[in-house]
Amino acid sequence: MENRPLEYDYTVAKMFMLTTVLLGIVGMLVGVILAWQLAFPSVNTILGSGVAEYTNFSRLRPLHTDAVIFGFTLSGIWATWYYVGQRVLKVSMAESKVLMFLGKLHFWLYLVGVVAVVVSLLLGITTSKEYAEFEWPIDIAIVIVWVIWGLSLFGLIGMRREKSLYISIWYYIATFLGIAMLYLFNNMEIPTYFASGGIGAWWHSVSMYSGTNDALVQWWYGHNAVAFGFTVPIVAMIYYFLPKESGQAVFSYKLSLLSFWGLMFVYLWAGGHHLLFSTVPDWMQTMSSVFSVILILPSWGSAINMLLTMKGEWQQVASSPLIKFMVLASTFYMFSTLEGPIQAIKSVNAIAHFTDWIVGHVHDGTLGWVAFMIMAALFHMAPRVFKREIYSKSLMNTQFWIQTLGVVLYFTSMWIAGITQGMMWRAHDEFGNLAYSFIDTVTVLHPYYTIRAVGGTLYLIGMFLFAWNMYKTMTAGRRVEENELQNASPMAA
Amino acid sequence: MDIAQLQAYGYFFLVLFLVVVLYSYIYHLYKNRKDHDGVDYEKYSNMALNDDITDKPVNKVSDKETKKVGDKNE
Repeated sequence: MENRPLEYDYTVAKMFMLTTVLLGIVGMLVGVILAWQLAFPSVNTILGSGVAEYTNFSRLRPLHTDAVIFGFTLSGIWATWYYVGQRVLKVSMAESKVLMFLGKLHFWLYLVGVVAVVVSLLLGITTSKEYAEFEWPIDIAIVIVWVIWGLSLFGLIGMRREKSLYISIWYYIATFLGIAMLYLFNNMEIPTYFASGGIGAWWHSVSMYSGTNDALVQWWYGHNAVAFGFTVPIVAMIYYFLPKESGQAVFSYKLSLLSFWGLMFVYLWAGGHHLLFSTVPDWMQTMSSVFSVILILPSWGSAINMLLTMKGEWQQVASSPLIKFMVLASTFYMFSTLEGPIQAIKSVNAIAHFTDWIVGHVHDGTLGWVAFMIMAALFHMAPRVFKREIYSKSLMNTQFWIQTLGVVLYFTSMWIAGITQGMMWRAHDEFGNLAYSFIDTVTVLHPYYTIRAVGGTLYLIGMFLFAWNMYKTMTAGRRVEENELQNASPMAA
Repeated sequence: MDIAQLQAYGYFFLVLFLVVVLYSYIYHLYKNRKDHDGVDYEKYSNMALNDDITDKPVNKVSDKETKKVGDKNE
């Protein structure tokens, strides 16, 4: 034992890889059920009216959003952190018993948190704040999990052999700090039972903010949860995995630094665009709109940097499904970071607000960019952590095309649905009478809702292919030697 | 010209100015790999490409410390 050469230890990374796949399937399955419910309302009571409380749209909706954000994505972020962190800092988790313990504690406490969230949401226990539905006891548990990750993150950085921090590490640190700040401030709440001397349920709370202030804090949080959950850590991943898998150095390292600081400075000011034409002061609405447009620059800075990293190596996109996933991810990143600022322009927002176009925008970002990048990262990690070849390249290709078709169906149907909806809501005659009632829009949108449900179902099928491929890689892939793992991941036909 | 029109022109030229400044700066970064202290940032890309635990760090923490933690390795 004493003479064994030091190796990276992926124990914790593997644990989080497992929850990434499982919670990804759960979250997306619930999403697909919701999509079919919207197209065919009878699906709400598919298991009978006795359990309708647990199967209806409103009960399942937060379960979908929280499972994909805090289940799938967060697990993916941590799986990659416990992999990338060690490698670019050139230090192994095996070198510190404390860090190993913290890593495992991090995972198991997280799992307890996940169970608490699923149970409480299914029981209908919620603060009613979007993406922050958890009641105060769960919030406290989440803060503890976050602090443990922080200890583990800065602990590993403290032990490093590499003096400089690779750009991905900066992004992981920003994820940690950003979410910590947002989560704490948005979840400031008063437990009513204790404040009132024993009235109501012990877990119930009310927000410390009210009215417009509550809305402002909520959307400062909500929008920046997208920033620090769906953008910053995913950029961290692509800055490591794309160069590593393709064997190409980042096109411009300096541009990556500039984009990093640009993103950090601009993103936090854009949340107000969720509240355009509301009771929020007008100057704040304008400011958030302007910052949203400026946000194109740092976003495209990273995305262009990634595409240019492939300069002269574009044949890899054709030959490797793994590179395909990443190049499509960064293309979708460009696409949705152009779409978002357009929607944040006041005159466009007047049509887009509250419509399905917003839902479409979220999903081309999350399905096309976030999930594609996380799955690509896991595919790259699998041969290295399991020391086995990826089970099937053709299965990966099939998954890629099925899911790409799914995303395209999803966002195109939601574009049409959203703009139709927005136009119909606004239409009026010469006297100002509305031309349509709400049910008119529902009738018109039905085919697009069905197309969206089909798109979502295709994406879910891809998730099952992904899970199967990962499982077979872990259990039945050909064993590989260290020298096969330098750049392009080994995969069987 | 009323104030709204002035604002609109002002807004347009400000955005144009920022875009020109930003992209000139990006071009400048790309053209001169090294900054004024002679540091070549592009070498940091190698932190991802050469990331085996036995690979040589781009910038060691310090000779002394590296030796200390490296002991286990030998």
